[in-house]
Amino acid sequence: MSWTRDEMAARAAQEIEDGFYANLGIGIPTLVANHIGEGIDVTLQSENGMLGMGPFPYEDEVDADLINAGKQTITELRRSSYFNSADSFAMIRGGHIDISILGAMQVSENGDLANWMIPGKMVKGMGGAMDLVAGVKRCVVIMDHTNRAGAPKFLKKCTLPLTGQNCIDMVITNLGVFAREGEQRRFRVRELAPGVTVDEVREKTEADISYE
Amino acid sequence: MGNKVFKTAKAALDGFAFDGMTVMSGGFGLCGLPENLIVALRDSGAKDITAISNNAGVDGFGLGLLLETRQIKKMISSYVGENDEFERQYLAGELEIEFNPQGTLAERIRAGGAGIPGFYTKTGFGTVIAEGKPTREFNGESFIMETGLVADVALVKAWRGDPYGNLQFSKTARNFNPMMAMAGKVTIVEVDELVEPGALDANFIHTPGIFVQRIVEAKCEKRIEQRTTRTREGAPS
Repeated sequence: MSWTRDEMAARAAQEIEDGFYANLGIGIPTLVANHIGEGIDVTLQSENGMLGMGPFPYEDEVDADLINAGKQTITELRRSSYFNSADSFAMIRGGHIDISILGAMQVSENGDLANWMIPGKMVKGMGGAMDLVAGVKRCVVIMDHTNRAGAPKFLKKCTLPLTGQNCIDMVITNLGVFAREGEQRRFRVRELAPGVTVDEVREKTEADISYE
Repeated sequence: MGNKVFKTAKAALDGFAFDGMTVMSGGFGLCGLPENLIVALRDSGAKDITAISNNAGVDGFGLGLLLETRQIKKMISSYVGENDEFERQYLAGELEIEFNPQGTLAERIRAGGAGIPGFYTKTGFGTVIAEGKPTREFNGESFIMETGLVADVALVKAWRGDPYGNLQFSKTARNFNPMMAMAGKVTIVEVDELVEPGALDANFIHTPGIFVQRIVEAKCEKRIEQRTTRTREGAPS
């Protein structure tokens, strides 16, 4: 039994420590907010210019001037602040955000990330992803371990154009948790999802990682 | 002080639109868009425009209007995923696009407005974004050089403004607007509310009036891209 999307999000939420400022990407990373532990105080950043993102509004609270980076209507909290895009990315690029949790198409064994373009397909742009992985203190990827064709996404070297070099610290997939300490270290299997064996991970992983 | 206040968006843009111009347009998605000024720019008929904007609007709204009329030659943006006409023109080779990482785009505009021709950033090092750009090491880390951006005209959306051009922005409708106000050779602002001199507390001005040449009060549609809501507990669903 590998992990579901929600279980992967719940596992990623464990990486968020009390007092953290966090940026959650679009897709599965958004679900992480639902799993933040009790007693953990976290401030969510939205790169379009807000700290302290609140929940979705009630119908009579909807405000067109208040959206998140996924362009969804949201609300403010007592702690919230608004700022311009340059200040927002000063927080991100300047290393003031503690953790970024984002999706990926491919991750390489040296921590390269590819998640913004597929050559030959319509390219929509990288948005804030390149800034996030370049600047945020700790970057955690949530992705399926293999693509729809069953091919590994955790590779020796990314074949798709990179979003960032040597920037990913942890990879959470439906099969387990893979982490490294420091930019020079190898990824190591840290946890396996229930019922997942080391052999299955070996078979579905191209990256040279430590199984110890 | 010369008069900065204009009655209509059309009048506020008058004399500043021309073929081949570079335009900055504020907003993130459809939030904080200078809607009326974009319509005025469309109606001016100016073509071969280079548009600098985080996104490209949607079909029939925002910069999508200028795409329909083929007035845009090139876009400098970070994400353009919400516009079918954009995709069609791009895939047909009719439209040029330069993707910038969002933070790099914001900083290029800020730098341009602040008189800084270039700066170094680690964003995009080792990616296609870095190709052809000078690189340099600082304290053992590698950075790429990016250049400042300025525009012939910046179209800005603010919440409140006074006749001096002092501006306040609303919530996340602020986004790129303050930097673009700085980076326009001419900056034209549309506001929800034009207030009397002295009505804005000088402690809480987001953009000082020096950056603003023209200002117009205009009603905005403020379209919502993704209306997400929750239900009150106990309320009938």
